[in-house]
Amino acid sequence: MKAGVVVFPGSNCDHDCYHILKHVLDVDTAFLWHKDTDLSGIDLVVLPGGFSYGDYLRSGAIAKLSPIIESVAEFADKGGHVLGICNGFQVLTETGLLPGVLMRNRSLKFISRYVNLRVDNADTPYTTRYVDGEIVSIPIAHMDGNYYADEATLNELEANNRIVFRYCDDNGEASAEGNPNGSLNNIAGIMNKGGNVLGMMPHPERCAEDFMETNHGYYLFESIKKTLSGVL
Amino acid sequence: MKVKVYVKLKSGVLDPQGQTILGSVRRLGHDFVKDVRVGKFFEIEVDETENLEEKIAEISDKVLSNPIIEEFSIETDGDR
Repeated sequence: MKAGVVVFPGSNCDHDCYHILKHVLDVDTAFLWHKDTDLSGIDLVVLPGGFSYGDYLRSGAIAKLSPIIESVAEFADKGGHVLGICNGFQVLTETGLLPGVLMRNRSLKFISRYVNLRVDNADTPYTTRYVDGEIVSIPIAHMDGNYYADEATLNELEANNRIVFRYCDDNGEASAEGNPNGSLNNIAGIMNKGGNVLGMMPHPERCAEDFMETNHGYYLFESIKKTLSGVL
Repeated sequence: MKVKVYVKLKSGVLDPQGQTILGSVRRLGHDFVKDVRVGKFFEIEVDETENLEEKIAEISDKVLSNPIIEEFSIETDGDR
């Protein structure tokens, strides 16, 4: 298995993702410059967090026009695995690889803290090491994480079990209390129809080693590693 | 010549920035203000070209706005 971490001007979690994949999970990992278009040999593309192109127009809006994104879209269409974290999630919605949009947080504040997430679909390539309904603690750090989609899209996501992570309270309820940013249906992470593209606002790479406050993000990377290595 | 593009959230979409500004305005006693919606304004310098409105509409749709939550309007006459 080989992973590629895309580097846009303004990405700032690229090295964290690279470190976790390469040094903690022992996955063959390379950086991919936003002007690269060759994804041959890559099994997993990671769109990391940060502020691509400064997010000056809208989060992810300029990144969707970068040369590598066309290749990533083709890669995803052919079933290639793509993980978008935070700004990467915003890029995926702007690109149309995932539905909906990430709007400004309800509070208009940048929020950086641990949140509770409920794993609502443990049957994805990224979540096999979790169990359905499990509550994990993973940090968020974003200004635009307020997921919005029209009712038909939300219904489709719900009906097809495409909501992978939801913000929840300590009891695992997807309540308003557990919702940090106003996301509709407490959505923190969703996947595409094909089940190969996952976008999520929380940062699993920031809690994937034992010395960190939690290591709950480790299992997401381990899940995708096992899936792509055929060790399930 | 210059083209003006206005982008704003669609009417059904909650606009927290607008709500915050509305709150401040009303705290100043301006109770006649009913609502505030925040948008973006783009002033674009262009050469004369065929089908200008159509091309600007494409740019507005694909780059300047996110059609899921935003709508745009175009003014091309002002500086002709």
